[in-house]
Amino acid sequence: MLIVVCIKEVPDAAYINIDPATGTLIREGVPSIINPFDNHALEESLRLKEKHGFRVAAISMGPTSAGETLRNALAMGVDEVVLLSDPVFSGSDTLATTKVLAEAIKRLAEKEEVAIVICGKQTIDGATAQVGPGIATRLKYSQLTLVDQIQNVDDQAGKVRVRRMLEGRYEIVEATLPALITVVPQINTPREPTVRMQMMAEDAEVTLWDNEVMKLPKESIGVKGSPTRVRKIFSQIMPESEILGDGIYDPEGAAHLLIDTLTEEDILSL
Amino acid sequence: MGVRQSWKKGEPIMAEEDYKGVWVFVEQTDGEPATVSWELLSVGADLARKLDVELCTMVIGDNVEHLCQESFVYGASKVYLIDAPVFHDYRTEPYYRAVRYLIDKYKPEVVLLGSTSLGRDLTGPVATELNTGLTEGCTELDIDENRLLLQTRPAYSGNIMATIVNERARPQISTVRPRAMEVPEKDTSRTGEIVRESMDISEEDIGVKVLEVIDSSKGEAGAIDITAADIIVCAGRGIQSSENFQMIQELADELGGAVACSRAAVEDGLTPVESWVGQSGTTVRPRIYIACGVSGAIQHTAGMRDSDVIIAINYDKQAPIFEVATFGIEGDVLQVVPAITRYVRELRARK
Ligand SMILES: Cc1cc2nc3c(=O)[nH]c(=O)nc-3n(C[C@H](O)[C@H](O)[C@H](O)COP(=O)(O)OP(=O)(O)OC[C@H]3O[C@@H](n4cnc5c(N)ncnc54)[C@H](O)[C@@H]3O)c2cc1C
Ligand SMILES: Cc1cc2nc3c(=O)[nH]c(=O)nc-3n(C[C@H](O)[C@H](O)[C@H](O)COP(=O)(O)OP(=O)(O)OC[C@H]3O[C@@H](n4cnc5c(N)ncnc54)[C@H](O)[C@@H]3O)c2cc1C
Repeated sequence: MLIVVCIKEVPDAAYINIDPATGTLIREGVPSIINPFDNHALEESLRLKEKHGFRVAAISMGPTSAGETLRNALAMGVDEVVLLSDPVFSGSDTLATTKVLAEAIKRLAEKEEVAIVICGKQTIDGATAQVGPGIATRLKYSQLTLVDQIQNVDDQAGKVRVRRMLEGRYEIVEATLPALITVVPQINTPREPTVRMQMMAEDAEVTLWDNEVMKLPKESIGVKGSPTRVRKIFSQIMPESEILGDGIYDPEGAAHLLIDTLTEEDILSL
Repeated sequence: MGVRQSWKKGEPIMAEEDYKGVWVFVEQTDGEPATVSWELLSVGADLARKLDVELCTMVIGDNVEHLCQESFVYGASKVYLIDAPVFHDYRTEPYYRAVRYLIDKYKPEVVLLGSTSLGRDLTGPVATELNTGLTEGCTELDIDENRLLLQTRPAYSGNIMATIVNERARPQISTVRPRAMEVPEKDTSRTGEIVRESMDISEEDIGVKVLEVIDSSKGEAGAIDITAADIIVCAGRGIQSSENFQMIQELADELGGAVACSRAAVEDGLTPVESWVGQSGTTVRPRIYIACGVSGAIQHTAGMRDSDVIIAINYDKQAPIFEVATFGIEGDVLQVVPAITRYVRELRARK
């Protein structure tokens, strides 16, 4: 049985800025990292491998540089990696992205039965949290989002039991396999790759599936297959903050000033 | 239906006249509506007025007919109702099939859902099945001169805003963040039309079962719901010990608010809860957010920067939290927080 983990390379959000003159994103000098949530997805897939003897494949759609992120997944212990990269995939919104990812999973499933697909809860760039659900729908897999515990996988009975972390409550849910799971960071603490594994991963092969291999109709992928379009990008301007009083030497005074300001400005009523 | 193959940029939308109306999905748990549903009706009313179309809701659940009248009271003129036991627990499949069925049959041009756990679970499948676009987590919606929905949302951890359009497929589907819009005025005299529909889905068809629900408000678990809170007092690592969490709780209680935490505070075991505010946790938008000993890392501010008024208490003047704060106090949380609580008590006692 195969576990497929989906990982995305993203720009480190801490470095993202907008060119005020052109209103476009400044990409130079912005480091790329693995989407942090996907580290938890990776870790969980490796735990399933260790516990149940499943094989793990990691897939990523993105520029060729994403191959490095996949190599790192190999260093963590993933068995196989596939990079989905082709100029015609670029500009994909969630609908087109899930088309490519779902088709890739189907190809993997032709060789080995897929038990579970694991995604992060969301990314730190697009952050739509819609790629996992889109894949589940396209593949007709059980959809289990926001999972903070995979409690049991019974591949004989074809069942998985998880805990979902929702607003103010948890849900214990049982679903039939195959299932698509999105994970929250509370689920685990990701491991660091060992030096030995890192060295092995350096020489390992990253399989490339471009559209010669995937053969997806052009109108279903990339810009053409994406109904949504970003029309405008702008920065959110935060107003200047006002420092109240001298909290270091007169905390009482500063506290009074704060509450008086809030009540005077009708922000707080007591 | 779906993406138009021959579409070119700037061309008018093919089936514009086939798709009419603004729809809101009414989210509920055990018949209890999520407030965001009514917030959607306020922005929905604005969009419907600009488009000159009807504002409708979808009510799907088990024993949920009372939500039809509530929909009218908050501004809808029509409700599409599907009421059956199979919809008792939210599960992705029966819900997306029901929503899809209604959209296929009645063809609204705009569909709005809350950007909640449930809304985000449901939207992807609906849009995928209908082969249309979605925009997640909007904080602003408007209509342009070509009747297009302008969907504005934060991205890159709230560092930037993006306005997204869907020119070529219908409906245009957006989820909207809770508390981004006001709840509309109630008008109890309003009524409307209920369109009853049914779906042929049986329990046996559904591979997902909810075995148990653990409600944290009953003190059973560490996840608290802070998304509805009007005032939030957030403990960061600056509170230094778990004993000091008590003073955060006291201030929150005094203000009638909820407590929240930064991820570092949770991971250092300073707080009794397991969930945190931020990019990898919960997004909140209270009227007042008081950050106590929180440095203001981008991953934290991504989840709270849209709060109406942000108050930062931190002894480090350079802490980035002051960049998003409305008001700041430079000082020791362990002194400032109890001082605020005392003063609020004092003012209350004087009244
Ligand atoms: C500013 C901005 C705004 C955008 N707004 C929208 C929008 O409103 N609607 C829309 O449809 N698209 C939007 N997009 C495009 C969207 O970001 C891309 O489609 C992206 O490929 C996938 O969406 P996501 O990053 O939101 O992923 P999410 O759905 O947040 O990702 C969830 C999980 O899916 C998996 N995953 C996601 N992408 C990949 C990948 N490429 N390879 C492997 N696994 C992956 C990972 O496990 C990840 O943790 C926007 C992009 C930008 C830059
Ligand atoms: C992928 C990823 C996702 C993340 N997601 C989140 C998220 O969702 N939410 C989140 O919160 N974090 C998140 N983080 C962590 C984030 O980067 C910060 O580490 C975290 O927010 C710091 O929490 P803090 O401000 O409480 O602690 P610190 O950064 O340690 O700040 C403590 C602050 O308290 C001040 N302080 C200390 N003592 C006192 C005192 N006595 N009086 C006054 N001030 C005092 C200090 O000056 C300092 O500014 C994420 C990180 C990563 C890498």
